[in-house]
Amino acid sequence: MMTNYFKKTLLASLTGATLMASGLAVAADPVKVGLMLPYSGTYTALGEAITNGLKLAIEQNGGQLGGREVEYVQLDSEANPSKAPQNMSRLVKGDGVDFVIGPVHSGVAMGMLRVAKQSGAITIIPNAGLEAATNQLCMPNVFRTSFSMWQNSFPMGKVAYDRGYREVVTITWDYAGGKEDVAGFKEAFEAEGGEVVEQILVPFPDTEFQSYLTQIASIAPDAVYTFFAGGGGVSFVRDYAAAGLKESIPLLGSGFLTEGNIAALDGAGEGVLTTMHYSETLDSEANRAFVSAYEGAYGVAPDTYSVQGYDAGAMLVQALDAVGGNTEDRDALIEALANVELESPRGLMTFSESHHPIQNVYLREIRDGKHEVVGVAAEQFEVPDDACQM
Amino acid sequence: MDLAFFGVQLLNGLQYGLLLFLIASGLTLIFGIMGIINLAHGAMYMIGAYLVWDLTTLLGNFWLAIVIAVPVAVALGLIIERLFLDTLYKRDHLYQVLLTFGLILVINEAQRIIWGGDVHSVAIPAPFDASLQLTDNLQYSVYRLFVMGVCLALAGVIYWVIRHTRLGIIIRAGAVNRDMVEGLGINVRTLFTLIFSVGVALTAFAGMIAAPLTSITPGMGDSILITCFVVVVIGGIGSIKGAFWGAILIGMAETFGSVLIPSIASMVIYLIMAGVLLVKPRGLFA
Repeated sequence: MMTNYFKKTLLASLTGATLMASGLAVAADPVKVGLMLPYSGTYTALGEAITNGLKLAIEQNGGQLGGREVEYVQLDSEANPSKAPQNMSRLVKGDGVDFVIGPVHSGVAMGMLRVAKQSGAITIIPNAGLEAATNQLCMPNVFRTSFSMWQNSFPMGKVAYDRGYREVVTITWDYAGGKEDVAGFKEAFEAEGGEVVEQILVPFPDTEFQSYLTQIASIAPDAVYTFFAGGGGVSFVRDYAAAGLKESIPLLGSGFLTEGNIAALDGAGEGVLTTMHYSETLDSEANRAFVSAYEGAYGVAPDTYSVQGYDAGAMLVQALDAVGGNTEDRDALIEALANVELESPRGLMTFSESHHPIQNVYLREIRDGKHEVVGVAAEQFEVPDDACQM
Repeated sequence: MDLAFFGVQLLNGLQYGLLLFLIASGLTLIFGIMGIINLAHGAMYMIGAYLVWDLTTLLGNFWLAIVIAVPVAVALGLIIERLFLDTLYKRDHLYQVLLTFGLILVINEAQRIIWGGDVHSVAIPAPFDASLQLTDNLQYSVYRLFVMGVCLALAGVIYWVIRHTRLGIIIRAGAVNRDMVEGLGINVRTLFTLIFSVGVALTAFAGMIAAPLTSITPGMGDSILITCFVVVVIGGIGSIKGAFWGAILIGMAETFGSVLIPSIASMVIYLIMAGVLLVKPRGLFA
């Protein structure tokens, strides 16, 4: 009896010591966070905003994840889809990172996710709106802190109908992202009882809009819904205003129409309504604190991309605290990530079954060169993910 | 389709076509007379737009910005011709293609380093920041009419120089037979430097006056380059008259194609090019 008890105690203390030793070994190694974002080319600004946001969140946690130091491995994705599988493999197999944060571009996401599927690497997508990432492709190890095109545009359908618009013309580029976005709007708007009377598709990446504006004027719908981004968004909004259409036909759009480009609109954007999961003017304590911390750290104002990066960092902070910094038990880690609840600058954010954010979609109107929040277009809005049940 | 709609689209097509002409005229001159395939032509269009944006921001005056930016563009053309092209005239076209493609990469990267990746715009300058009411809900920017006028005037000047001046005779002769011109004791080297600089300045100027009508973005010249090559090929390489009518044709085709047959809008200009090449392989005015 006595010997038995002695044996048990000895065994227990030995196990404890081994666990502690291994725990110490884990704590000594930094957590490796791989960043696969564009640091050159057209999307550089987005890559940098996401990186800044991510690092800020981890910095605010003392630069640690689950009590361990953090090592960043930054890789320039060049927003190049053809290099995506190779870049992802380099991070996962070559550098042996614990997490991959990326990408910005939906085309790159497709290539990345192929490798994520084979290797099981835990991936957090901080931008890229392609729906398949958290639906048809369905992987337990893939999360996103961004949006899908549909999630941002669907709520606008009801807004448009409630404002009394019955006949709407849609216009976007003839590519997957634009068509996904417009489809979300059309679905909701027609379910309410409105009608999309004409769907105009512009060859990508043309920005010569005069002939389409003439067409819109001759149709004279109640409103126009549009998805363009970057330079195309600026050109469209300015041309729309210059053609005098804004007075008679209100312009609605996905938030990306004006995101990051408000200064270049030169006043032409005043009154344009967009739906988006964030606005820099959101009046909440979390957002005010975020905006001032971000401006303090980087000297520039944050945007939606910064928030998406920040939330990816905040996710890692919360999940790794939950598992005590142990990155060896992948299943526990994935579960901890899936259970993350963020008091984000954008509002409460949780994750659906398919690891897509459940979040507010705000209705924003441009007033005095700012995205003023005029309402919540959809509260704690979840994306249907029927193709992905985990 | 009512008459007003048709009329406004005609105006849109004409305006786009005239701007295309301005960009393509430099390309066809350089291509036709010097035999240089300048892939960096579109990048010069972008440089023109960025220069005028930067200078307008700095000086607060669009017109002053153009007055300064044009000589800068001429100088840029001069430097590129002397530094890079001078050694390539006797070589195969492939070398020129490689070099000018390399120039695109260098210029695009330089653009990013100097001006960054953000989207910019230039406000429509006074006194043209007004609109005409065309139909009951559609206005037309007076500045667009001004751009049309400038393009037409420049087309006239270029036509006059080529038809009625000694320089024009040399240029036309050079387009047909370069060796003969050289044999007549004309300093072809100086002529080439001049033509290249003027060609670059024409496209950069197109970027400058187009700046208030478009958004200024990295790589904005890359897509217009392809359209300009189509214009030059349709019109006939080296022919200014061809570039003019080719540009008007493509401007109209893109405008009407996009609203009347949207499903194949992006192909229309290539279909026209294929059609022209089948009937007249050297282009309409070659």
